[in-house]
Amino acid sequence: MLIAVASGKGGTGKTTVAVSLALALAGSEKVQYLDCDVEEPNGHLFLKPRLETKEPVTVPVPKVDQSRCTFCGRCAEICAYHALAVLAGSVLTFPELCHSCGGCWYFCPEKALTPAAREIGWREEGWATERIAFTHGRLNVGVAISPPLIQAVKERRLSGAAAIIDAPPGTSCPAIKAVEGSDFCLLVTEPTPFGLHDLELAAEMVRALGIKSGIVVNRSDGRDQEVEEFSRKYGLPILLRIPLDRQVAAAYARGLPLLAARPQWREDFLALWEKCKKVACH
Amino acid sequence: MKIAISAPSKNPADPVDSRFGRCSFFAVVDADQEKWEFIPNPGASSGGGAGIQAAQELVKRGVRAVITGRVGPNAAAVLQAAGIKLYTAGGKSVQEAYRQFLNNELAPLTGANAMPHAGIRGR
Repeated sequence: MLIAVASGKGGTGKTTVAVSLALALAGSEKVQYLDCDVEEPNGHLFLKPRLETKEPVTVPVPKVDQSRCTFCGRCAEICAYHALAVLAGSVLTFPELCHSCGGCWYFCPEKALTPAAREIGWREEGWATERIAFTHGRLNVGVAISPPLIQAVKERRLSGAAAIIDAPPGTSCPAIKAVEGSDFCLLVTEPTPFGLHDLELAAEMVRALGIKSGIVVNRSDGRDQEVEEFSRKYGLPILLRIPLDRQVAAAYARGLPLLAARPQWREDFLALWEKCKKVACH
Repeated sequence: MKIAISAPSKNPADPVDSRFGRCSFFAVVDADQEKWEFIPNPGASSGGGAGIQAAQELVKRGVRAVITGRVGPNAAAVLQAAGIKLYTAGGKSVQEAYRQFLNNELAPLTGANAMPHAGIRGR
């Protein structure tokens, strides 16, 4: 079972929900936490894993052998991202624009281009509370393309574990990369106009991906009228409401998970997992 | 010698487009024959790397000098590596900028004077 925790808007509580699920399940199941929010991973702040391995993650970018190059310009012509420019006697490359499609070295008639590794970030792994296998990615500052690193985190999925993905916010390539392939997607929102607006975008995204989903309302005011209306209109169930709670906020500010402040809510997260499972397998 | 001027339209009386990578047209002038041609900038509609694409096009056409407003770091790297001279002519008409270039009255640029993606703003 692989559940992604996503949201259109940032700061709605993806990590709060993902961490709570992991901690609630850790009592009874083998749990894996995959933090795919590689631009700003923060699951480790709450789960405090002991990180045991750290590996660089690289992507292939073109390297030019100027002695073989005839400056024909074919590579610059086919590059959709303009990561190469060919001048009369030299080739300039812009690795930060390269999407690693491999087209340039495939089509180079002189075999003057070869793939070279460019480090984009790090994958770190370890254990949290002995029972939660923890993996996250950290994108290097200045790198704009995160999906290959998200892929590297997802590749570490353990079969048989209850796996939880903490996805990046938004609905663009990184969010899609994180969510695709999951059995179910929890869409975390908040009862504000911004939360609702971006919930709709996220719901469209998972629908397009063909992934079943449900809503978690964080900082619920108890009524959540607009989210309710959206839920009815869209046919997406509200699976959990997390009340606006000062104690949870105070714990969060100290780097403590929600369940440390409200241990009695553990049952609610176990019930949430069961609901996800039921819908996913239906 | 060919000179390219970033332009918002095909009208030489319009002001020089301050954006290099994202301008709509380039006025390409063959100074030896006083021959004017307006070409669409392939970078105008580019998903990314607009400045590089625009610069590559001008390199291919044998342009030796560029008159514009602002140039980002990637476009400047391509233009400079190709030995193309850069000049700024903000606020002047395309025609006037060309005349001032011929009279050596334009300020030369030694490198980028804009942040990456600056030309996307205000579209």
